[in-house]
Amino acid sequence: MLLDSQRVPVSDFEARTGWSVQPQGLCQGDVCLPLPNEAVDSTTATLDVEVVAARAGMPLVHDETRNVWALGPAAGPDRRALTTAQAPELELPDIRTGEQFKLSSLKGQKVLLLAWASW
Amino acid sequence: MWQEVREELHPKGFEIVTVALDVGGVEATKEFVDRAHAQHPSLLDEAHLTDELFGVVNVPNGVWIDEDQVIVRPAEPAFPGRNPVMESFEKLDPSTLPPDIAEMMVEVKKIKTDPEAYKAALVDWVEHGAASQYALEPDEVVARSHPRTDDEARAAAHFELGQFLHRQGDHDAAIPHWREAHRLQPDNWTYKRQAWNFEDPVRQGHTDVYDGSWIEDVKKIGAENYYPAVDF
Repeated sequence: MLLDSQRVPVSDFEARTGWSVQPQGLCQGDVCLPLPNEAVDSTTATLDVEVVAARAGMPLVHDETRNVWALGPAAGPDRRALTTAQAPELELPDIRTGEQFKLSSLKGQKVLLLAWASW
Repeated sequence: MWQEVREELHPKGFEIVTVALDVGGVEATKEFVDRAHAQHPSLLDEAHLTDELFGVVNVPNGVWIDEDQVIVRPAEPAFPGRNPVMESFEKLDPSTLPPDIAEMMVEVKKIKTDPEAYKAALVDWVEHGAASQYALEPDEVVARSHPRTDDEARAAAHFELGQFLHRQGDHDAAIPHWREAHRLQPDNWTYKRQAWNFEDPVRQGHTDVYDGSWIEDVKKIGAENYYPAVDF
């Protein structure tokens, strides 16, 4: 997740990472990690990314020259890419139309998600 | 090929969603989608988010998702009953090729895939759903998904920064981030091939920019391991 500051809108963070900010902390599936009060600014609905990244085990990488940050996915020695079999939301543009498409719009059908590349 | 599979199985409640992992964007991908006459959603993933979200590390890779949006097979090599790319290589006579291309073809021919078994398993799942022996339990799906150590998570962050800088027009600024992504997650072929391709689109060969190349890295792991055998 790309960031131009260390404060990120809660909604953007939730949409991209699959974690949600709840009264009990930062939650994904059955897991909730307590968050210090200062991590969430309820007035601006933003998160302190550095605090959240450290708590959830997400790497925060900085390009100093251009002052851009990237937040990586939650990690750990025994973690896998999937923490649950529930498919994460994937929202991307359709090459044919340019319109945004949500994987979740196919609920009710069996889906083969097929990754390919031109290179 | 996938369009044929889609036409065969779509009436049974099945859909294909293709995702192009391509920093080159619509310009790099649209001709392929048009040529395939794709009737299914054909998405563009410039940042290779699919790697981060689903644990994809090579292409082609498929993920099976059931009617409740539950994954029943995580990312693994996926072929539509045949492997047309491999078949086209089989017809090439190495003696007619430049030596470095011929050397690549020798390795390509060692790559193992089982397109017929994959297609048969896919059809079985579409027809039998959870009762199919190929549909995995949730714990097995998670356990089979790619490891996500701190290094792999950092690789994802560096790759994303690199593709952002490249698309901003600053290709040189992308390179250190892509080099770091390669160092942190050497088994991720989408990060490596994408970056090599910008320097040498024909061979993805060795350049001054990156430490590896397709031929060097394939030989290092053994071409027969390029696609892990699908465990049915």
